[in-house]
Amino acid sequence: MTATPVVLESRPERVPEGTAAAVVAATDIRRLRSIVDQAAAADVDRALGRGRRTLEDFAVLLSPAAAARLEDLAGVARDISRARFGATVRLFAPLYVSNECVSTCTYCGFSAGNDIARRTLSVPEVKAEAGELNRRGFRHLLLVSGEHARIVSKEYLEACVRAVADSFAQVSVEVQVWDTDTYRRLAAAGCDGVVVYQESYDTGTYGAVHLKGKKRNYAWRLAAPDRAAEAGMRRLGIGTLLGLHPDWRSEALALACHAQALIKKWWRCEVQVALPRLRPAAGGYEPQDPVSDQALTQLLCALRIFLPDVGVSLSTREPAWLRDGLVPLGVTLMSAGSHTEPGGYAEVSAAEPQFSVSDTRSPAEVAAALRAAGYDPVWKDWQRA
Amino acid sequence: MDAAPNPSDELVIAGRQFGSRLFLGTGKFPSNQALAAAIDHSGTEIVTVALRRIDPTATDDILDAIPDQVLLLTNTSGALDAGEAVRLARLARAAGLPEWIKLEITPDPRYLLPDPVETLRAAEQLCGEGFTVLPYCSADPVLCKHLEEAGCATVMPLGSWIGSNQGLRTKAALEIIVEQATVPVVVDAGIGAPSHASEAMEMGAAAVLVNTAIGTAADPAAMARAFRLAVEAGRTGWRAGLPAAGRVAAASSPLTGFLS
Repeated sequence: MTATPVVLESRPERVPEGTAAAVVAATDIRRLRSIVDQAAAADVDRALGRGRRTLEDFAVLLSPAAAARLEDLAGVARDISRARFGATVRLFAPLYVSNECVSTCTYCGFSAGNDIARRTLSVPEVKAEAGELNRRGFRHLLLVSGEHARIVSKEYLEACVRAVADSFAQVSVEVQVWDTDTYRRLAAAGCDGVVVYQESYDTGTYGAVHLKGKKRNYAWRLAAPDRAAEAGMRRLGIGTLLGLHPDWRSEALALACHAQALIKKWWRCEVQVALPRLRPAAGGYEPQDPVSDQALTQLLCALRIFLPDVGVSLSTREPAWLRDGLVPLGVTLMSAGSHTEPGGYAEVSAAEPQFSVSDTRSPAEVAAALRAAGYDPVWKDWQRA
Repeated sequence: MDAAPNPSDELVIAGRQFGSRLFLGTGKFPSNQALAAAIDHSGTEIVTVALRRIDPTATDDILDAIPDQVLLLTNTSGALDAGEAVRLARLARAAGLPEWIKLEITPDPRYLLPDPVETLRAAEQLCGEGFTVLPYCSADPVLCKHLEEAGCATVMPLGSWIGSNQGLRTKAALEIIVEQATVPVVVDAGIGAPSHASEAMEMGAAAVLVNTAIGTAADPAAMARAFRLAVEAGRTGWRAGLPAAGRVAAASSPLTGFLS
């Protein structure tokens, strides 16, 4: 552990010094965004040709000038992915344990104000759902829930983790953000990773879409991966919900900055980035500026080129043809056969999903498609010691 | 790594700013006068002196060659283990010298290779005692992260063995260290020619430390100036964005055809 521990809980309304979150807060995203606007073809050549790239190079790779060179970006991204990860994609399954939520978030199907069928799985139900996923081949599990500290309490989550830890090589959580002590408890129960999407790195947009609840605290959420790492989690997942903020490029800059800062600060951790685009959900939210397939592809390539070692996850939000096309360009983690409502694997569930799934192929079908493309679908890639 | 933006491009170590990115060692100079001239021509603002060389009772002590505005970085050269290094640092503090310590622990007398285990142990102790610690260390990226976490103000990985003039034999590892570091990386040892210094700076190192190449030159002052220029050139080149030396891939079959 660190010899100079960082105090992370003392000021929950502020980003603590010494954290990756503090690096994000101190980075001038506007300056980087101006590099995007000014980049010319020669800058793209330079960024592509380098051995190691800076955030400034990443900005160039996000530019319209780089968009015109997408095939070149894809070639470099493919080569880097092959060299670092080989022809492999790790498969995981999300298990939604509850759609109860006290936060009001304009884009989310679970939002507190939405009149939907709510359900929280009992721990035995969680175990049954996990057992079904196990039978389908999964050994990496992501426990997901809405944000309700009483119903989806730390004790409940701890019990859920304990219930599935023996049958899964790796268990992560994507739940409300917690303090370091709670992350320690979850780690002790068998949880290896924490996924926290910042949703939007733009404080204005963040405030505009998170209307009520604890999730309104931007800084507390931004520093959650730091707290998880301090607690001993081995995997940190971050992401931005593409389409929330009108400018995907500035979101991408902040996301890449955050990933790089986490890699540097928490160098023992494996950092993973997700690139979710907004999908239709209860509440009727429609993204004002949807991110195009072209833009998503450019972002993936730029990320892979900038951060060769970062894991990149692409969920079933995206259609099958796009997921298949993007795999060679840097995707390293995929979910398959996902249900985004509590229950649904071992039994039919009437609960409302968080969002509608686009790639509806079964895990076996996704694995077969990967094999057909020359990739090895990896079900197990971890052993808890 | 202390990358842009920083228009003035000053080197910042433990909150203190430096205009020069060239550290100078003080061994092997033919005289204190030659050392003083080299300090002057190098433009250095950080000079390292072995505590064992300092003799406040001498009439022509090595410290007399070091101007007041230059930071004296006492080093623990000669220490064989953490215990000796810590005692040397405490002696420096007791003597009223600055509390900036270049931590050197080299049990191997032939190649003077730094002992990674003892160096980390001493760094943890000295940082805990409030010293500003700049450790000379192996070009080991994991060790450098440990030293960073121990609270060191910089890491100072070796380019090649001390005094060998072999340049950046550890380049591939240095590149990783520079990429991962959250404190300034000062490439120390083995830099035998101004071009080596440039190479380190072009790689993104925050600074270099040079001694033998200057101290043993036929004209130390002229060589000091050459290193000054080389460090500035390398740094400027890195900041300007070096042109690509690699290739741009040309896929034989379209990789983004699925988009159309």
